[in-house]
Amino acid sequence: MLGRIVPLVVKELLQLRRDRYAIVRLVVLALVQLLMFGYAATFEVHRVSTAVLDRDRSQESRELLSRFTGNGRFEVTAVARDGAELADLVESGRATVAVQIHPGFAERLRKGDTAPVQVIVDSTNSNTALVALGYVNRIVNAFAEDYGTDRLARTAPARLRLVPRVELAARPWYNPSLESRWFFVPGVIGSLMLVITVNLTSFAVVREREIGTLEQIMVTPIRPVEFILGKTLPSFLVGLGEMALITLVGTLWFRVPFRGDPLVLLLASALFLTSTLGMGLLISTVCKTQQQAFASSFFVLMPAFVLSGFSFPIASMPPVLQWITYAIPLRYFLVVLRSTFLKGVGLGVLWPQMLAMAAIGATMVTVSVLRFRKALD
Amino acid sequence: MSWRRTVAIARKELIHVRRDPRSLLIALLLPIMQMILLGYGATLDAKHLAVYAFDRDGSQTSQALLKRFQASPYFDLVRTVEGYADLTAAVDAGRAKLGLVVSPDFSRRLAEGGTVTVQAIVDATDDNTANLAMGYAEAVIGGFSQDVQLAWLRRQGLPDRAAAPPISVETRTWYNEDLESRNFIVPGVVALVMALVGALLSSLTIAREWERGTMEQLVSTPVTAREIMIGKLVPYFVIGLVDAALCVGFGIGWFGVPFRGTVGTLLVATALYLVVVLGIGFVISVAIPNQLGASSIAILVTLLPTNMLSGFAFPIDQMPAPIRAVSYVVWARYYLTILKAVFLKGSGLAALGGPLLAMVAYAAVVGTVATRAFRKTLD
Repeated sequence: MLGRIVPLVVKELLQLRRDRYAIVRLVVLALVQLLMFGYAATFEVHRVSTAVLDRDRSQESRELLSRFTGNGRFEVTAVARDGAELADLVESGRATVAVQIHPGFAERLRKGDTAPVQVIVDSTNSNTALVALGYVNRIVNAFAEDYGTDRLARTAPARLRLVPRVELAARPWYNPSLESRWFFVPGVIGSLMLVITVNLTSFAVVREREIGTLEQIMVTPIRPVEFILGKTLPSFLVGLGEMALITLVGTLWFRVPFRGDPLVLLLASALFLTSTLGMGLLISTVCKTQQQAFASSFFVLMPAFVLSGFSFPIASMPPVLQWITYAIPLRYFLVVLRSTFLKGVGLGVLWPQMLAMAAIGATMVTVSVLRFRKALD
Repeated sequence: MSWRRTVAIARKELIHVRRDPRSLLIALLLPIMQMILLGYGATLDAKHLAVYAFDRDGSQTSQALLKRFQASPYFDLVRTVEGYADLTAAVDAGRAKLGLVVSPDFSRRLAEGGTVTVQAIVDATDDNTANLAMGYAEAVIGGFSQDVQLAWLRRQGLPDRAAAPPISVETRTWYNEDLESRNFIVPGVVALVMALVGALLSSLTIAREWERGTMEQLVSTPVTAREIMIGKLVPYFVIGLVDAALCVGFGIGWFGVPFRGTVGTLLVATALYLVVVLGIGFVISVAIPNQLGASSIAILVTLLPTNMLSGFAFPIDQMPAPIRAVSYVVWARYYLTILKAVFLKGSGLAALGGPLLAMVAYAAVVGTVATRAFRKTLD
């Protein structure tokens, strides 16, 4: 049996080497994706262009507005003279956030009345707007807090120490400086392995059929199972190669930590690959041409990608979509990837994900092999 | 250039499309699928984040604090645990996004006065969710702190205004009033779908002729290179416009995304964008006489930049300077600016002069390159 599989694997690998564009698809595409997600994919919000309008011109209003500069979150790019100019700055896109302090701000503060600060946010990008508003609130609250403390220090200094106050000490674990890169780079491994191995496997079979060499292979003494193994093993190896490549570049170049056990990652990769290879085979049984295979794989891969939690949190999706995600192996693999890279947890925590991938993988392989044998007859 | 021959090529290409109903189905189903997936799935909002609490104080005060988390729409207090190890295990396993630790002397120290801290462990593997979670948690704790302070001041017989003064932040969210991720994502899907369909379909047209060996026949006819190019791309141009209409209609009709601009502006921009996308697909198809290679490269060249560097999901102004510089080359960037402006801001042609001009330039360059690239030779 081995004597018949090995030549087929060698033939596949030879074919891959002869393909001038294989290197582009397997290595260049992988690295370009990694670079994009390492550098361009960021939900971080820094240096938000901010316009200010101070209509109170008091010490208090100046103090509050000055807090918007020098914290790295906002960058005051324009000082407006009136409301119309402020609105224009936002409309033309020159400012994302506009802060306006009305006349009487300091007066109201001193009297203890509610003092309004108006904030206009260009919320075309809802996430940036949401995060920026969070920062605005933090700045304003800190200002109010300090203002109160100052005043108490003047009026009742003895009691200042006694004012009760609750503070939050938030500790972001696993990614203390909240770098998007740390979130995306491990994910790229999963998405690349998925796309590359599904395509590679489905094309390997469909190409034979399209060129007409499938019949030639079928008249040799090779058995269907051997044929399938011979076709999938190369993809399996390529998949593991991609994993190693991205892990190396990700940890060495992008300095994403790898805190877990490489063996756990290897095991998870193997389980994940059984499901992607099964998917590839399944596609090959329903497609006659490479073009069809390419298009069909798109229909499978797009939803897998969007619903896996690669960039959008599953918990925020509507329930129906959340149920679908349970059938997507990438969902589990991403958890394992991020957990081994950032959290450093092992099988004790990750066994449910492993089990799920094993179950999906076994189902996929069984179904595809059964279908495949029928398709060959 | 002969009108008759161009039409003949277009008709031939149309027959190709019709004979392969699967491709046509893909061209029409893909937009709908993308819309549904991204319209529903692409949301970065964080709500109902799972909270585990380790309340070592167990007093009324600490309970009151935890209740505030329960009441917040952003958090779900899933469980109170009895040990620190249980808390960290929950965060490790991803069951808890936020682990709150209330120290044993919380209520006592608060009664004595001064600042007391509540520790929150945040699972920051997903940095964006973590960032939002910390903001929300700070708001919850801040609200609690203020109420405790007020109560204390009253007990001390001090006026309310001795506390931190109330400053209300009046927020106006322009263009996307409810801060819906959907309103931000859906307009961009139009660009994504057309990049995909355009690249997939047009990148295969010449490669297919080479692969099937029909190129020789085509070359032996009197049609010119330009006629072949235009004839082959016109059907896909029409399909692309239909796709755009489908996407826009679906986005407005189904997802309720506002459309504040004019159809004319959108049409002009879309037509220009299609010329660019199809032209690039065609050039790739000419350069790579192999269907698989051509479509892979087309995806690499069109889909990836459209996804990553156009401002579709990731804000360009947050990218490092070299990447920002590269983004100016990405044609989809200009189309996306126009799409978002037309949908959400209602900007007209005048306000969008810059990006439109960029697209005209792009269409001209790509059109020229595409005509030059394709020569009727067999070697």
